[in-house]
Amino acid sequence: MINLFEVKETNEMITKENLDVRTITLGISLMDCIDSNLDKLNRKIYDKITTMARNLVVTGEEIEAEYGVPIVNKRISVTPIALVGGSACKTPEDFVTIAETLDRAAKEVGVNFLGGYSALVSKGMTKADELLIRSIPQAMARTERVCSSINLGSTKTGINMDAVKLMGEIIKATAEATREDSCMGCAKLVVFCNAPDDNPFMAGAFHGVTEADAIINVGVSGPGVVKCALEKVRGADFEVLCETIKKTAFKITRVGQLVAQEASRRLGVPFGIIDLSLAPTPAIGDSVAEILEEIGLESAGAPGTTAALAMLNDQVKKGGVMASSYVGGLSGAFIPVSEDQGMIDAVNEGALTLEKLEAMTCVCSVGLDMIAIPGDTKASTISGIIADEMAIGMVNQKTTAVRLIPVIGKGVGDTVEFGGLLGYAPVMPVNNFSCEAFVNRKGRIPAPIHSFKN
Amino acid sequence: MKKTIITVVGKDAVGIIAKVCNYLAENQVNIEDISQTIVQGYFNMIIVADISESPKSNAEMAKELEKVGEEIGVVIRCQHEDIFNMMHRI
Repeated sequence: MINLFEVKETNEMITKENLDVRTITLGISLMDCIDSNLDKLNRKIYDKITTMARNLVVTGEEIEAEYGVPIVNKRISVTPIALVGGSACKTPEDFVTIAETLDRAAKEVGVNFLGGYSALVSKGMTKADELLIRSIPQAMARTERVCSSINLGSTKTGINMDAVKLMGEIIKATAEATREDSCMGCAKLVVFCNAPDDNPFMAGAFHGVTEADAIINVGVSGPGVVKCALEKVRGADFEVLCETIKKTAFKITRVGQLVAQEASRRLGVPFGIIDLSLAPTPAIGDSVAEILEEIGLESAGAPGTTAALAMLNDQVKKGGVMASSYVGGLSGAFIPVSEDQGMIDAVNEGALTLEKLEAMTCVCSVGLDMIAIPGDTKASTISGIIADEMAIGMVNQKTTAVRLIPVIGKGVGDTVEFGGLLGYAPVMPVNNFSCEAFVNRKGRIPAPIHSFKN
Repeated sequence: MKKTIITVVGKDAVGIIAKVCNYLAENQVNIEDISQTIVQGYFNMIIVADISESPKSNAEMAKELEKVGEEIGVVIRCQHEDIFNMMHRI
């Protein structure tokens, strides 16, 4: 029988340490909506999403009430739209109509984000891929809840440098198109290397072509819980430290597993994966940077940060894998700047730079995430930053991502406010030495030698 | 049968147990186990209950008990036992 101590521990995690299930994401395949007539395609997409996801939000709320654990977001991911819209869309404007349809569907079913306005171009771009990419600035400006992601490289294919160059320009254009709204479009746009098919987290979620018709993926969270557990073992050696993180990660993931099983059963949709990520929010005490400080750093960004993060990431995985048979997505520690108060403080104090963040992405689960940079940063410089990050992912056989926000009209020292879970960010300085000649070369970077495993 | 765990935490006062038990009785909830302590003036109670005979769902009851708690100045949570089983039992 469950005892008082255990009940108390669980409830304190929920009420005081910000334990929550970050997202239930319903993946929906839109492959069967494909039509060469744009109006028909839009209608089919709208109908399929609103039918499949009809009960998603209500079911999430029921589970939340029954188990007393907050489920912060209910979201949807769909098949990359470049594949779905390829035969109907002849112009970027045609693709924008699909984005608007997705936005309407998301609002109808009450989800706060819908991901999958995506293209997978790690080796080359089809005509449709390119049209979709060129439509992103308008699509992001004219929709509220649609998220876009582009996969630009992988360990198996190398890096598509033509697409990297294009995305530098598109990110700037998206910032311009949404400048009245804190350049919000860029917060909903991410580029990847080795993008997983089953990521439940935004902005990078899409429903991969290898997936079933519909699937439930769940992202757990709980940096606050890990931090509180570590407070109790202050000064202990690494063995104790690792053991504590593992046990905590196990407990957090079990909650995710429970929610995933229940959501899957109630919605009649198979369970896909649990994503074991420590995803911070701007709330005090819900920060990955604070865990790093608890481990022994004065501030995130201090020497030792990369090692501490590598250890944290590994222990989270080790604890989490036993809690669920199906682990996937990104799984690790997220280090977004704007969504983590500890990271924001570290940047403001001068402890954390873009270069250190890049080093940290070699060992954490994603990449350069939610970083505001000066609005006058050149498109080629953004492409250069993307190329660096893609190279880290390609060579280390891991997922890396870039979500930069060039804040139009602002410079280093200014702050940009996104609101809600996206938080706010100080504008960070960028190395402005030119990489234009590098980025302007055509073609792709070949796959690394260790990708040939056959 | 799956159990429901009801926890009551707050400043000690007259009639907390009565209020909670009254609500449970009115809703055909059977109390199977109850333990209560007071730590530094704070009231801590955990009830293991069977709600299978109740016309109300676990979720509805959680919302109503939260209101009952507000009236008497304590925090009442009503949760399916599986959240604790999953976290603390392998």
